[in-house]
Amino acid sequence: MRVSVIGGGPSGLYLAILLRKTGHEVSVVERNAPDATFGWGVVFSEETLGALRDADYTTYLEITDSFARWTSIDIHYRGRVLRSSGHTFSAIRRTHLLAILQRRAKALGASLTFHQEACPSDLDADLVVAADGSNSALRKRSDFGSSSTPQGCKYVWFGTDLVLDAFTFVFKETEHGLFQVHAYPFDEHTSTWIVETTEPTWRRAGLDAMSEEDSMAFCQSLFAAELGEHRLMSNKSTWLDFPLVRNEHWHHGNVVLIGDAAHTAHFSIGSGTKLAMEDAIALANALERDGSVESALVDYELERQPVVERFQQAAGDSAAYFGRVAGYFDLAPIQFAANLLTRSGRISHANLMQRDPRFVRVLDSWLAAHSAGTPLVPGAVAAPPMFTPFSAGGVTVRNRVVRSVSTPDLADAARAGAGLVLTGFVAVAEDGRTTPACPVLDDSWVPVVKEVHDNGALIGVRLGHAGRRGATRPTGGVDVPLRDGWPLVSASPLPYTPFGTVPAELSEAGMTQVRDDFVAAAGRAREAGFDALELDLADGYLLASFLSPLTNRRDDVYGAEPLRFPLSVVDSVRAAWSGLLAARLTVADWARGGTTVEQGIEHARALAAHGVDLVHVRAGHTTAMSRPEYRRGYLTTLSDRVRNEAGVPTLVGGYLTTPDEVNTVVAAGRADLCLFDPVPSPLEEVASW
Amino acid sequence: MLDRLVYDSIEPFAVLSAAAAVTSRVRLATNIAIAPLRSPAMLAKHALSVDALSGGRFTLGVGVGARRDDYAAAGVAHGKRGAVLSEQLAYLRGQLDGSGIGPARSPIEILVGGSSGAALTRMARYGDGYAHGGGPPRAFGSAATKARAAWRDLERPGEPALWGQGYFAFGEPDRGSAYLQDYYAFTGPFAEKIAAGNLTSARAVRDFVRGYEAEGCDELILYPTVASLDDLDRLAEAVS
Repeated sequence: MRVSVIGGGPSGLYLAILLRKTGHEVSVVERNAPDATFGWGVVFSEETLGALRDADYTTYLEITDSFARWTSIDIHYRGRVLRSSGHTFSAIRRTHLLAILQRRAKALGASLTFHQEACPSDLDADLVVAADGSNSALRKRSDFGSSSTPQGCKYVWFGTDLVLDAFTFVFKETEHGLFQVHAYPFDEHTSTWIVETTEPTWRRAGLDAMSEEDSMAFCQSLFAAELGEHRLMSNKSTWLDFPLVRNEHWHHGNVVLIGDAAHTAHFSIGSGTKLAMEDAIALANALERDGSVESALVDYELERQPVVERFQQAAGDSAAYFGRVAGYFDLAPIQFAANLLTRSGRISHANLMQRDPRFVRVLDSWLAAHSAGTPLVPGAVAAPPMFTPFSAGGVTVRNRVVRSVSTPDLADAARAGAGLVLTGFVAVAEDGRTTPACPVLDDSWVPVVKEVHDNGALIGVRLGHAGRRGATRPTGGVDVPLRDGWPLVSASPLPYTPFGTVPAELSEAGMTQVRDDFVAAAGRAREAGFDALELDLADGYLLASFLSPLTNRRDDVYGAEPLRFPLSVVDSVRAAWSGLLAARLTVADWARGGTTVEQGIEHARALAAHGVDLVHVRAGHTTAMSRPEYRRGYLTTLSDRVRNEAGVPTLVGGYLTTPDEVNTVVAAGRADLCLFDPVPSPLEEVASW
Repeated sequence: MLDRLVYDSIEPFAVLSAAAAVTSRVRLATNIAIAPLRSPAMLAKHALSVDALSGGRFTLGVGVGARRDDYAAAGVAHGKRGAVLSEQLAYLRGQLDGSGIGPARSPIEILVGGSSGAALTRMARYGDGYAHGGGPPRAFGSAATKARAAWRDLERPGEPALWGQGYFAFGEPDRGSAYLQDYYAFTGPFAEKIAAGNLTSARAVRDFVRGYEAEGCDELILYPTVASLDDLDRLAEAVS
């Protein structure tokens, strides 16, 4: 078979090597010089090295022979350096990697042509490989369903003769804003030194109007303390936007995409070259395994797409983290480090425990000491984060586990070890119920509260008024209107679902009534012995309907000031309730024209200012047409932002099903309490024999 | 039964009625019916009828489908398909009751398909379970996680029923794969991937079934891609 590889980067050259080994005729065409390259060093993981060893031992030996290897991550934060160890990295100078691959490809008989664009004869091969990078010209000739969008911060890629002995993050506060460095060694003389900052900071610093030379001088002086007498080096080092490349299809006719032409993953997880070379291996294997090129390309795509999607998800989370990292400067250093190390979701508390048990011991005992308000004692050990107590609003919860279950299961949730159990929706009054079966705050709660207390947990009542989500059927779906329901009220007269009852606009008198109902219910909650009261300002219920532009269309003062009525309820309840006061709050509508995260964070800040001790972070369901993006922990990032930007303790759910997820969320300071949804297991039955 | 309007195929409720007449134990399901192509009342009438004819063996799986040509042919706005499906589900769950449209039946199990957040929310709001569109067990597992997360998000008690599906052909695998390529030609290059997933050996079927079981699949539908009774016997043997 005749194969044309367009692009002489790592993926194209490595594929040429692998295909020559199975006897295919391979030519590589590269528009630039053999030693022309952007950037400095590239990083590999242990897993990738295993794959490289199996695929071509000769290049594996040469590559690993010239590797820089290290196991530590240094974090320069608020004038101190934290080191975490047990991470395995290796890196190589990019030009050196290319030279090794070029030599090997030539030795195996591949034809390599430099300084040349692909010409028509290259494209009539049996297989044409687009290995021409994130800005692939070949990709643009057919419809691959391609997209390329800027992701994350502005960044610039320097080299330096400072030889680091760890992957190094430097966070540097300036008058313009925060700058951060991602740096790592790649041979015995040189390190990569990437500087990154948000676009507003970049503009404020005047970098948008600076020459390449001046911007390097700016960075040199900004990091003078870290660089010492060492200097930054430029290699066409200009400020860039990272392009996030995606393709719906990776092959079209006889053309197949590999490496950056097929996909990119933000540099902050250091996986671009790794993914590119793994693509080459997968494609070569598929071509060897399958009878036809066509089915090999399908197999290649089926194998690689899910892997790449996972990396792109992690890379997206990581890029977003660095975009908002300035918001974490209130975190204690060890928690800041835990947050940084777990930013992409690829490393959890349990992974860290394996890699760096000392770090985790200190992290866990710091958290325990911090929770108890005591100093950290050297050599201290502590239970995992999930089992540290949490204090707010004058109460102490025995651990970070919250369960929200229906009434008959509350005591069981306490017996199952939760620190705090929360009731489901309890209506402040009959006309605020969701369904005829919806509980209200009557005196039937006293024995429930007692049983929960007897089992060592605290109990909170979630108080709400259903608003336009009221008067629905108790079973057979949610939000299905009753045939003979009661009249509904909401901020504005808009039904929640098709065939839903149109609510009346809540009048001033109605507001007074609702506020009184909340206060009266809070009084009954106190009498029943509840420890916590959670006001429901979420999910499109009555109080939430005032907060969103999608549901509050009023032209009175309550439309102009969406927080006015909900805050008046909070104030009245706060005056009547001395225990832990939580608010269940929709911080993003996840619908066009709805409340944005930034507005949601403002709302959280206002609630905290009015005496709310804990914000239970929710999103979506302001209207029935919201678009959540479900995955494990899909609310965690929102909680992280509310907690760290609004400075208020948070409770978060979002389908957290394992202790490791809870440990990670709590240790990293993304939430203070977690709504835990354990998955039932047949092992429980076996274990209770 | 799959559903497709602009294609050389028989309407699913008609097929299931015929199947109801010649079977007594096997369960019948649309998986999925492109509900918005029908009016809510007609959809209800069809579903109730098949359920009555089969003695309560019917499960109604619905989704928006993926074919614009079907919507054009049916004269339904493709752009509003999600909203239309929500309205239909609201109708089936609520308005149908007391509408006089019969035969009167106990509530029919409803599955909802789709992978977007909006679709999963719709499933958790109105459905009894989730109808997955097919793929390797890991893809099903990832969708099942999302379906469970949506179910919790809407505060539904218990768990959603999770239905999966796959394709097989033993005797003439190439014919089966060619059929899938043709049936899914409208998806462009994606058709090749679906065809590549055609299960063509007993071992592949067993691995697939075990994989789905491990991911928590409650009901797995295996569709023959070649009309062959021999293939059905071999399937029974493979999974026994």
